[in-house]
Amino acid sequence: MNRLLRLLFVVVIAYPVVLAWLGVSVANRKRLPTKGPGIIIANHNSHLDLLTLLTLFPLSKVHLVHPAAAADYFLKNRWVAWFATRVVGIIPVVRGGDPKQSDPLAGCVQALQEGKILVLFPEGTRGEPERLSEFKSGLWYLCQQFPEVPVTPVFMHGLGRAMGKGQWIPVPFFIDVYVDEPVYCRSDKSVFISDLKQRFESLQNNAQGR
Amino acid sequence: MSPILIRALIIMFALLIIASITIRVMSLRSPERDWIELRQRINTWWWIVIVFALAISTPRVISLTIFAIISFLALKEYLTLIPTRRTDHMPLLWAYIAIPIQYYWIGIEWYSMFLVFIPVYVFLFLPMRMVLIGNNKDFLHSASMLHWGVMTTVFAISHVAYLTVLPGKPETGPLLVIFLVVLTECNDIAQYLWGKSFGRIKVIPKVSPNKTLEGLVGGVMTTMFLAWLLGGILTPLSGWESVLVGLLIGITGFIGDVVMSAVKRDIGVKDSGKLLPGHGGILDRLDSLIYTAPLFFHILYYLHY
Repeated sequence: MNRLLRLLFVVVIAYPVVLAWLGVSVANRKRLPTKGPGIIIANHNSHLDLLTLLTLFPLSKVHLVHPAAAADYFLKNRWVAWFATRVVGIIPVVRGGDPKQSDPLAGCVQALQEGKILVLFPEGTRGEPERLSEFKSGLWYLCQQFPEVPVTPVFMHGLGRAMGKGQWIPVPFFIDVYVDEPVYCRSDKSVFISDLKQRFESLQNNAQGR
Repeated sequence: MSPILIRALIIMFALLIIASITIRVMSLRSPERDWIELRQRINTWWWIVIVFALAISTPRVISLTIFAIISFLALKEYLTLIPTRRTDHMPLLWAYIAIPIQYYWIGIEWYSMFLVFIPVYVFLFLPMRMVLIGNNKDFLHSASMLHWGVMTTVFAISHVAYLTVLPGKPETGPLLVIFLVVLTECNDIAQYLWGKSFGRIKVIPKVSPNKTLEGLVGGVMTTMFLAWLLGGILTPLSGWESVLVGLLIGITGFIGDVVMSAVKRDIGVKDSGKLLPGHGGILDRLDSLIYTAPLFFHILYYLHY
């Protein structure tokens, strides 16, 4: 049932909005993982980011793709929570809780153990349109437990402009998506994070230099 | 469909088949050369001609929807290129909403509304919507750029669509569109070929270094000859009128081409997009039509309607 709802969500909402209303060109789509477990990390400027990422996968793989998303934002009311967890398939992450009491990443760990493809936005929040903000370290803590799982960086250009924070109707713009080579976790946290940050910056320069 | 329209479409597809076969044979003969770009270009021509054939041969609702989608893609490409202010979110949406409305006027054949809707109403409305937001920074700049996009990609292009609903026999409109588009495209190609073969004197080196006087004159002459040849078959134009229209399409096609080049140079891009592999963006293909369509439409309307 959930699987059918998600498929419907992608075909009825994500495809028309992302492919027809906006229009996306993807560079190096083949670098995306074809099976789980896998981690996709992407820059985050818009609610359209996730819709766009879902359209990158073939329909037969969509049920594997699950985004980690803020519990305080998406579970705040019953209807949104139902939609977010059942239809979009989010894995709730509790922000700002006490990590000693409960592991905020427990859901993500379980998803990877189940062989799913996890989507993470390491900037945490949507931020300023088309600007990268600091990466959170949750990603490193998570991938420490899964050193053999590939982490694929995906950079999306133009979505913050199409529908940024506080906007609810997407304005049509052509969107560019760049998929980078997958990387694997490193033991040094700051090296790992700064390496990823650098990759995103060079992808961003690529995008703006056309 | 009338026999003459069918014949025109058959000729276009025959030319494409010949082009595809030629490329195949040439790439087999000299496999060491790189044929990818040329092949991509021909493949994209197939798509363009198929969409074009559908746009002129289907019932009015479908036909106008196809033209509206072309305007939509062109405006989207233009707005993606130019810098826009974050506060102009709603005005940008309104600019898009102008597209179905403009094509609706065409659908109900409300000629005077079709003429004034964008240059008067949309022109006055968009700045008002921008003022309501209250961001004064770069106001004039943003308003002008938005107007420029709507005028070229929606108003100018919609003239091609209005040709299809002009009164007359059912095939009149499609044949007029074929005449305009074929002449505009042939003019582009002829100017390129004449310039490549005999070009020496540069016309506007700062905007378009490859454009030469010889290319321009040779291209315009070729287009005038083609117009004279096709005018009697496809349009109600008389002999000398056809030649005059050929002259007009030749010169304004050139102007449209270089004006859009100046826009791209201002922004600092080579192609306007990557929608049409081998050609660049949709604006790279429509650039001359932005000028030729309204001017051809109005001279034809003045002379025969």
